Amino acid sequence: MRRARELSICIYGIPLAFLGVFFVYPLLSILDVSLRPAGALDLSGFASLLSTDYYLGTLIFTVYQAVISTVFTLLLATPCAFVFARYRFRGRSLLLSLATLPFVLPTVVVALAFASLLGKNGLLNDVMSSLFSLDYTLIQLERTLAMIIIVHVFYNFAVALRIMTSYWSSVGIAVEEAARCLGADERALWREIRLPLIRPAMLSAGALVFIFSFTSFGVILILGGIRFATLEVQIYYQAVNMFNLPLAAALSLVQILSMMAMMMLYTSTQKRLHLAIASSRTIARRARTGLERLAVGCCVALVSGLTLAPLLALVSRSVLASGRLDFSNYASLTEKSRGSLLFIAPLDSVFNSLRFALMAMIAALILGMIASYLIQRPGRLARLADPLFMLPLATSAVTLGFGFIIALDEPPLNLRASWLIIPISHTLVALPFVIRSVLPSLRAIPPSLREAARVLGAKPLDTLLTIDLPLLGRGLVVGATFAFTVSMGEFGASLFVAQREWVTIPVVIYRLIGDPGMASYRQSLAMSVVLMLVCAGGFIVIERLRIAGVGEF
Amino acid sequence: MFRPIISALLVVIIVAGAVSAQEAERVVVLTHDSFAMTEEVLAAFEEHTGLRVEILRSGDAGQMVNQAILSKNNPLGDVLYGVDNTFLSRALEAEIFAPYESPELQYVNADFIPDDTYRVTPVDFGDVCLNYDIAYFEENDLSLPGSLSDLLLPKYGGLLVAENPATSSPGLAFLLATVAEYGVEGDFTYLDYWQELYDNDILVVDGWTDAYYGEFKVAGRDTGSRPMVVSYASSPPAEVLYSENPDVGAITGAIVDDNMCFRQIEYAGVLAGAANEGAARQFVDFMLSPAFQEELPLNMFVFPVRDDIMLPEVFAKHALIPENPAHVDPAEIEAKRDEWIQAWMEVMLR
Repeated sequence: MRRARELSICIYGIPLAFLGVFFVYPLLSILDVSLRPAGALDLSGFASLLSTDYYLGTLIFTVYQAVISTVFTLLLATPCAFVFARYRFRGRSLLLSLATLPFVLPTVVVALAFASLLGKNGLLNDVMSSLFSLDYTLIQLERTLAMIIIVHVFYNFAVALRIMTSYWSSVGIAVEEAARCLGADERALWREIRLPLIRPAMLSAGALVFIFSFTSFGVILILGGIRFATLEVQIYYQAVNMFNLPLAAALSLVQILSMMAMMMLYTSTQKRLHLAIASSRTIARRARTGLERLAVGCCVALVSGLTLAPLLALVSRSVLASGRLDFSNYASLTEKSRGSLLFIAPLDSVFNSLRFALMAMIAALILGMIASYLIQRPGRLARLADPLFMLPLATSAVTLGFGFIIALDEPPLNLRASWLIIPISHTLVALPFVIRSVLPSLRAIPPSLREAARVLGAKPLDTLLTIDLPLLGRGLVVGATFAFTVSMGEFGASLFVAQREWVTIPVVIYRLIGDPGMASYRQSLAMSVVLMLVCAGGFIVIERLRIAGVGEF
Repeated sequence: MFRPIISALLVVIIVAGAVSAQEAERVVVLTHDSFAMTEEVLAAFEEHTGLRVEILRSGDAGQMVNQAILSKNNPLGDVLYGVDNTFLSRALEAEIFAPYESPELQYVNADFIPDDTYRVTPVDFGDVCLNYDIAYFEENDLSLPGSLSDLLLPKYGGLLVAENPATSSPGLAFLLATVAEYGVEGDFTYLDYWQELYDNDILVVDGWTDAYYGEFKVAGRDTGSRPMVVSYASSPPAEVLYSENPDVGAITGAIVDDNMCFRQIEYAGVLAGAANEGAARQFVDFMLSPAFQEELPLNMFVFPVRDDIMLPEVFAKHALIPENPAHVDPAEIEAKRDEWIQAWMEVMLR
């Protein structure tokens, strides 16, 4: 018994140690340097925070836009998740995968896609003005809050959709059938059963969407224009342009503490909500009535409109040159451009990206599974662990980057210029996704199932393999998909690496976009399309792995 | 049941593949994201010296300098390249460089050398100035602005897009040009100038990419609506070089009249406490060698500081170099940058 206990402490310690070494330690180091520059505590940052109401305004705006983004994302994603979970239709899983693609695209590319769709000379304005022969620009969203919200919804829709769909597919339909027998109508079903049941997944997804919008950086900078600044933008500005580290640290702390408070609140509501009613029986069926068909149709239209339209605008831009089809920019991706900029042919970066994404995905899945079990245990440590694992998402990339530089600079942890920094930092960011995808399903597993298995003589490992894994299958796939996607699309950490052969796809895109000339601009569009294709391929493989690996009963 | 074993094997293969080959003596170059150099030129240096060059790209210029300062007690690299005159003072005050006077400096125009302490060595320069769409000005029979004050004329209203100095390096350079021209005291300061630019409907966006590719209108490109943009004097030749039909010739031009441009000079320096100081010095010499200097225009769209270098044809033909760019002292820039930008934001972002 004691050995089992020691073993479990060891296992639970792995993700905690990972977080401690690669997140908490660097973060504390940079805060220490920023707030105690000459050995004495320097709180001038906090003083200047409080001296004007400018930063309070920033904080309020940050929360405000994050709340709106989250509400809209959930409003759109919840009905869609229901339809995707309950009805089978052609192209369902393909559409689910495609909806995840926006997540992988670098902000610069998304900005381009939206400009070509919703911009002044964009596709939609062209269509509108030729349809209704308008002589003014109908859609003027550039540099408005509306544009920021639209793009946040575009980025985060898939997160909410996939987490809720996977959960909704795994909660049993028996309760609903029972209620219907007792005479409940559709409205009562939604009010009394469906919404209360989906709430854990909804909050889980909402927490992620909120954090993402809260710490939004590129979207705000590129699409919002300078009138809008979130905390994250302020931190970057103070740390990089002004080198005012005390103020940047104060802002970082405000950001982290507000996220921490949000997460605590969320965790405490989450605990009370879960109902143990998991079932891996698939409940999807064909839409029968006209109303059901209409619902499916609306959903498909919404998902395609929201995610596919901007992506298609991007694809069409990448293959059209002055009104003609032209694939020369794709052909040139195999050449080492001018033998100079990137040190490798753009297409070779695909293998680098895949390699790092695979490493990050495996690491995040293993650590994320263990962390989910830890969080789900009763006790104070578990309550603290949940927000702790979310913190990397809430921490400004610049702050953490500086932390890495000063903390991880001695052997055996001299990682500053090593390629290892890429999978490690990707795993840090991917972990919350795995946890948020797995946790709702894990909590929904009735303890009686495991107890029954144990009574029948199953060893812990057998219980894990035969009870938990099949029930967590969908959540794991969603987690794996996002871990893969996060890594494929990540840009910042990949730049830190000294070995020049380790260029990843997003780095290539940024380099090409920053280079002058139409040719490299079009190459960057082509490379973005390649990134999407590679990811779509990855999704298909991950789906396959599930069927082969855990399968459904 | 075999799945975990296969995964474990996979990880081993990946990791084994990723570990780099045995270590040669190396020189680590800390630089910004825009660093680029012809691979053959680097390879020749490696072969000649037996060193392996590792390029550590560390974000934009500001981020790179900050990282170098933070890691001063245990430097990230041996040599830093790419700090420009807008960030120079910050780096010098933090004492991150070890003095080194390269013998190659004899070929460099003395104006580029900041002082006689030789803590940094100039490598290249580029001028931030207005670019314009040639076709637009021809079609509308519009003359080019010949000074910064011309931009306040109604005929240029709504034509210019510039970058935010808080987030963009050319944006800051252009702000500095207006500071040099109008000063910070008197009846008509740079802030009054910006106030009038604002009234004349200037558009300010956050980054160069957004300004140049998003808002700048060029004949034959379907984006943007403004025919003037704050960019570089080297953008027109770059536009020709990488256009889809280079035979058409220049489609954009740069305006390089007196005091309308701001010159960014990029420096390199040996990092104090570098693991391989000798190699760092060799690399500084290499950056001033003709082989490296000749390749600067086509790789990074900047000009060599050596005065005996032939420019590539497309630059010789299409690039204009301003004779009298605006000048602001680096120490003053470091001391006042924050203040100037904050004041600018209050005028422009109400």
